[in-house]
Amino acid sequence: MVRTISGQPGHLRAPAGPPPRSLPGFRQRAAAFVRRHRLVPYLLLLPSAAVIAVLVLWPTVQIAEFSFQNYGLQQEIGAAPTQWVGLGNYAHILHDPEFWLSLRLSVLSAAVMVPLTLIVGTLVGLLLSQLGRRMAAFVSSVSVLAWATPAVSASVIFVWLATPDGGVVDWFLAKLPSWLGGGAHWAGFSWTNSALPAYTLATAVVVWLGFPFIAVTVLAGLRTIPTELFESARVDGGGPWRIFWRVTYPLMRPIFQVLFLLSVIWDFGVFTQVFIIIGELGQRDEYNLGIYEYSTAFTLPPAYGMASALAFILTIIMLIITVGYVRASVREGALR
Amino acid sequence: MTTLSTSSPVRRRRLLSRRARRAGLNLLGLLVALITLFPIFWMVSTAFKPATEWYSLTPHPLPSHPTLGNFRAVINGSVIGLPYWNFLKNSLFVTVVSVVASSLIALLAAVALARFRFRFRTSYLIMLLIVQMLPQQALVIALFIDFRSLNLLDSLVGLILVYTAFALPVTIWMLRNFVAAVPRELEEAAAIDGAGPMRAFWRILLPLVAPGLVATSVFAFIFAYNEFIFALTFLGTDTAKFTLPIYVQYFYGRTGANWGAIMAASTLFTIPVLAFFLLVQRRLRAGLVAGAVKG
Repeated sequence: MVRTISGQPGHLRAPAGPPPRSLPGFRQRAAAFVRRHRLVPYLLLLPSAAVIAVLVLWPTVQIAEFSFQNYGLQQEIGAAPTQWVGLGNYAHILHDPEFWLSLRLSVLSAAVMVPLTLIVGTLVGLLLSQLGRRMAAFVSSVSVLAWATPAVSASVIFVWLATPDGGVVDWFLAKLPSWLGGGAHWAGFSWTNSALPAYTLATAVVVWLGFPFIAVTVLAGLRTIPTELFESARVDGGGPWRIFWRVTYPLMRPIFQVLFLLSVIWDFGVFTQVFIIIGELGQRDEYNLGIYEYSTAFTLPPAYGMASALAFILTIIMLIITVGYVRASVREGALR
Repeated sequence: MTTLSTSSPVRRRRLLSRRARRAGLNLLGLLVALITLFPIFWMVSTAFKPATEWYSLTPHPLPSHPTLGNFRAVINGSVIGLPYWNFLKNSLFVTVVSVVASSLIALLAAVALARFRFRFRTSYLIMLLIVQMLPQQALVIALFIDFRSLNLLDSLVGLILVYTAFALPVTIWMLRNFVAAVPRELEEAAAIDGAGPMRAFWRILLPLVAPGLVATSVFAFIFAYNEFIFALTFLGTDTAKFTLPIYVQYFYGRTGANWGAIMAASTLFTIPVLAFFLLVQRRLRAGLVAGAVKG
């Protein structure tokens, strides 16, 4: 597929023919207008700008708008008019213990998922840089497979691995000697019935899906560092730990910064994995902020106004992190 | 051997320790690969096991009496009553159309961003970075309400629109690097030879950007094929319209604990995308890097 595209250049389209007779000179005049006002880049951006504006930016504005309204079931079926309620939804949320519980779960789980994904990914990236060419290609192909696995599949597989009856995780933990934390009490242990084990499982899925991207990016970053730097550090008697913190990390700081912020954004907003692991919207004490917002909107009776306020809070948190991400990207020179 | 015996003991020791290091690293690499592969392996292995084997107190890595029964149940449609092909068809339709649409739209934008300097260029790039980070579980509320009034719920067209839009930021961002990598002199030379801008685009730029187009479209493909939240929300009631992720999730939710069948459904959903990945992965890794680190 690839080869046919790059191998047959050009005869996809005949050169532009003469303008149609019914519009004498129209095309030339339009082209001259575009050229004179330097409109070409704007015309090229128009389709993407329109699609993004209608399908991404406008819904964001709508979320903000709904969050100040009492939009719910009554308004949906037309039994009552939609009214502006000012900050009513937000005031309600701030006094809602479920909101704080879900926010806490989101923050805590991201605080574990992000460092874990970064550490595992960086270690694998460093390992890849030390391996021979063939072995490195093999290991990175395998990791990229994990990255490409759909979140739905990964979550269902991990639930199966950790299921109390017939799951391989509980079997393994029960077999493990007690000084390693194993023991018979693991047999039949449920990983989905309460928040801590459920989020442990979700963390496993997130790390498994997320570390390959970190590893491949770190590897690419390592390749930009001249090998002489490592060699001279080694000659100076630095061990691997020292070399990493004295040479590798300072040089790759911008990359790590971007990876950190991306991970924070992804893991704070993790949805699919948690949704599947906690068994759809069943267990309210296992909701994170995204799931809580979603269930407010889409379980009966729908409370779109309240859910929009939650969604807007989620969006604002993400945007605050994104500001850091954008600044790190600008510093890295990504906008050139 | 002769070189070893003639060399000094110090050099021999160093060579041996280097070999030991190599072996240790390879072992570590193998371990990482095995741990990473294990969940995928276990999914496929379970899918081939009869119930007596997956429902067992001592798990066995490989099925001792492999069966196709689980796959048959999925393909014949034992849960929703529709065969697997129906959902594969939905998924491929949505994915292919949205990938083609987003690639074409992104190519235009990428040319503008890589080849022209104009006002708002930086703002547009920053806007793309921000848009990429907006939480989908937030936007889905507004899009659900809009699509309901436009009769786009329970419709694959609605999903195509959303997938096209949400794939754009990353696709534009990555394609921009590929367009920028094509030497501008080639187009200038074509212009001197009398080719118009359109001709230069089709004859020079497009063929050279094609590998990048493939790499970026793989990302759009993965996004659309794997996407969960929008499909879950928009395709709520019409099971015949389900895409594969929703189908697998529904299958998992409705089959009780028939893990053999669930893993068969999951395998039939996952393996096509992994196979596709292995086919294009070299280009893909280039794209992954171009998107993440400034190329």
